[in-house]
Amino acid sequence: MPEALLYWLSWPLLVGGLLFFAAGSLGLLRFPDVYSRLHALTKADTLGLGLVVAGLSCRADSLLEVGQMLVIWLLVLASGATACQLLARQAREEHGDD
Amino acid sequence: MTEWLLDAVLALLLLALAGGALHARNRYAGVLLFIAFGLVLALIWARLGAPDLALAEAAIGAGLTGVLLLAALARQPAGSGAEGVSFARHRLAAAAVLVPLLMILLQGLDPLAEQRSPLPELATGALGQSGVSHPVTAVLLNYRAWDTLLELAVLLLALLGARQLGPARFEVERPWPLLRAWSRSLAPLLLLAGGYLLWSGSSAPGGAFQAGSLLAAGVVLLRLAGVLPALRWSFWPLRLLVLLGLLLFLAVAIACAWFGAGWLVYPDGWAKPLILVIEVAATLSIAASLSLLVVGEAREASA
Amino acid sequence: MSTTLFWLAVGALLWLIGLHGLLTLRDALRRIIAINLMGSGVFLVMIALAARVVPSDPVLVALVVTGLVVAVSATALALRLAGSAERGKSS
Repeated sequence: MPEALLYWLSWPLLVGGLLFFAAGSLGLLRFPDVYSRLHALTKADTLGLGLVVAGLSCRADSLLEVGQMLVIWLLVLASGATACQLLARQAREEHGDD
Repeated sequence: MTEWLLDAVLALLLLALAGGALHARNRYAGVLLFIAFGLVLALIWARLGAPDLALAEAAIGAGLTGVLLLAALARQPAGSGAEGVSFARHRLAAAAVLVPLLMILLQGLDPLAEQRSPLPELATGALGQSGVSHPVTAVLLNYRAWDTLLELAVLLLALLGARQLGPARFEVERPWPLLRAWSRSLAPLLLLAGGYLLWSGSSAPGGAFQAGSLLAAGVVLLRLAGVLPALRWSFWPLRLLVLLGLLLFLAVAIACAWFGAGWLVYPDGWAKPLILVIEVAATLSIAASLSLLVVGEAREASA
Repeated sequence: MSTTLFWLAVGALLWLIGLHGLLTLRDALRRIIAINLMGSGVFLVMIALAARVVPSDPVLVALVVTGLVVAVSATALALRLAGSAERGKSS
């Protein structure tokens, strides 16, 4: 029964993904300065989204859906990394090196 | 139950972001909250069964309006913008006007929730003759093509109005290599997605407006990354591109009125090719006009 | 309370939040945001009405799609006008 197994496997992945999202948001709210907030947000959210995508892939009907979700994850990964770099550089230019 | 939970969370988030966008301590935070508001609104459109709108809102509400507001913010002198906030008395007076208004509005809207309109059946019933199989596209480019024609004219008028005010100072900072590289690899993907939206518009959510705004977002991104040179109004192909949609639409309308049954009544069997041609032209025009409106005619930054 | 009525009420509330901002705020940028919020409230009412039937009423959806593009072009023009008014004041 691979379907049922996959279905049950998807639960820990989804819950783990949501936990990472929650941790990232908590970091955004509680961390003291720009860099550590960015660090919390981008790392935890990328990982969280990856886990959610993996969890949903276990429930997908076709390989096409899995492929679409993987492409979405890769795009978010790359744009998240770029946006993080830009924000960090902007913060450094505004406040000077410290 | 879960549906109610989703609705309630989305609505609360929407209203809180709206309040925050207006009353945030500084303008910058307000603009950021407004961008987030646009994203939540896109989610709500998807929830309410209007994916066409969700696509357009994600590109326009969150993307283009955000760039517009941030660029306007950069042009304005620094300041929180809170200096003119009125007294508590004024707020109370405003609330005293608004609370009765809310009651009247709700009373007026309440009976509408139960009414049924005959339009959806009419729209889906005539779909066979409209030349496309997606009802929203059929409404936009066949049943109510007049509206779309005028909408293109409004877009052109806004662009001409903005041009009367002289060139906007839209300064592009020295772009970072990473942004440059990423926008270079993203641009073909955006072009592909825009083309797909345009093509799928005849049978699925998508169409000229969504594709046009997506392409405009791509142009704005490339411009911000400094890959594209400044858009120049004096460059004639660009002017042609802006006018193309309206001119072609008008030409089709006049040809229909002159040789056929009437203003914008497509002849039998011609609906599909005509709609396709108009949609392609409208997409290009919308993309060109929106990107001109957003990134304007920049003088190169001196840096 | 039905889903339609709920979203109608949210749309009306959004419109009123925008109107309240328009009445009480003095800053041009914030007022433009307020007008946008009012527009979104109207769109929300229209889409809530469109969602009374499944699939959504295409006429209302098409009107809102057009409205979005008109709203963004009007916002662009308004921001330019506000910008040049500010420049005129400061110079």
